[in-house]
Amino acid sequence: MLRIDSLQVYGLAPVSFEVAKGECVAVQGPSGSGKTVLLRALADLDPAKGQIFLDGTERNSMSGPAWRKQVRYAAAEPGWWGETPREHFAQGAGLDKLVNQLGLKSTQLDQSVTQLSTGERQRMALVRAVFDRPSVLLLDEPTGALDAKATKQAERLIRRQLKAGHVVIFVSHDPEQVKRLADRKLTIRGGKVRVGRV
Amino acid sequence: MSQTGYIALSYWDMAMAASLILINGALSVAFRLGLERTLFIAAARMTVQLMAVGFVLKFIFSQTSALWTLGLGLCMVLFAGREAMARQTRRYKGWWAYGLGTGTLLFVGLLAILFGVGVIIGPEPWYTPRFVLPILGMALGNTLNGISLGLETLTTTALRERSAIEARIALGATHFEAMSAVTRQALKTGMMPIVNSMAATGIVSLPGMMTGQILAGVDPVEATKYQVLITFLIAGGTALGAFLAVFGGTRLLTDERHRLRLDRLEKPANTNSQ
Repeated sequence: MLRIDSLQVYGLAPVSFEVAKGECVAVQGPSGSGKTVLLRALADLDPAKGQIFLDGTERNSMSGPAWRKQVRYAAAEPGWWGETPREHFAQGAGLDKLVNQLGLKSTQLDQSVTQLSTGERQRMALVRAVFDRPSVLLLDEPTGALDAKATKQAERLIRRQLKAGHVVIFVSHDPEQVKRLADRKLTIRGGKVRVGRV
Repeated sequence: MSQTGYIALSYWDMAMAASLILINGALSVAFRLGLERTLFIAAARMTVQLMAVGFVLKFIFSQTSALWTLGLGLCMVLFAGREAMARQTRRYKGWWAYGLGTGTLLFVGLLAILFGVGVIIGPEPWYTPRFVLPILGMALGNTLNGISLGLETLTTTALRERSAIEARIALGATHFEAMSAVTRQALKTGMMPIVNSMAATGIVSLPGMMTGQILAGVDPVEATKYQVLITFLIAGGTALGAFLAVFGGTRLLTDERHRLRLDRLEKPANTNSQ
């Protein structure tokens, strides 16, 4: 379970909420309202006051890298440091299968990142985020650059993560997608975060 | 002419050499470069600064005092530190903008004095200014170059590669793992000038110190030995300086939670003059 206790993020009022294992929460709000800022703070990518507990363990009782191995943020515009997608994955079985589930070919893992389309890069980034099975997934517009078919495949992957007991918090501008995936939603407006039903 | 063959220059000799700057001025006028005033000021500054340093050094050499020698050495370090800061397009906020370069230069300067002069050359007394100050100056000048290039590459590359660095951090990498490519690039850039200059020394260029000693009547082989010593000292100092500044700079660009902290850099100065 993920418990957020009076988290103070720049530009937002203190926010508290809990997300149970296998639960999916959508974050909605106008552009620039602080959705990304909130997700980044949960992943401890930016300094923020307040406490965040994962299964009872407070964020500051473990190192930043150890926290982020469990609480994973995937940016709307993913960054790449290697020449090919494969260089961005640790050794482990199941990578090809995961890539295929998102409609990508295994051979694309060894293609230059620059040769992939925006949508292909976004799907590769989604695979990268889930590959080592983090407990919490913070997905910033995970299907923003995808067509209808690829969006369906990505949503199927997200559902599988939920079924495995992982927490998913995702930003979306698509109300239909929120209805399809989320159990609850956080709405950010005017610096205030409201937790509500879908 | 002295017994060593050294020929002292008169002020008239210097004036004759200065006439060459008139050619530069004439070219500027002929091609409407508008550089006459800048050229004149630069030439005048160079002459006045060097003459002033000459008189200061003459005074300090006559004292042979540890206090005067180290005092002037400290001034050189502080000015070099300021220069290292001034060369950055994106400086660190607060005291670190000055402290990082100055601290590194102080360390390298002390090493040059203690190891290069104290241990290897071994003059009596160890703080003899005729040895300490020129060697410190050469070590600082080159290290300053390495530090400036290294830090400039570090900050500009970190800004450019922000999303790649943060992607690694988000996946659980430590700050040094996430910044490794940027750090390596910065270190390489900081050390490249001295590596290139070592390779060209003796074939493409005759170093200034060796040339100066030869002009002063020192045996060329002896002058070469000093040049080799100072070149190794500079190479070691530059490598160490670049290493300390780049790793210190990397640490300052990240925090104890291994987050990327580009907010610790000043906003770029507004270059729009309109």
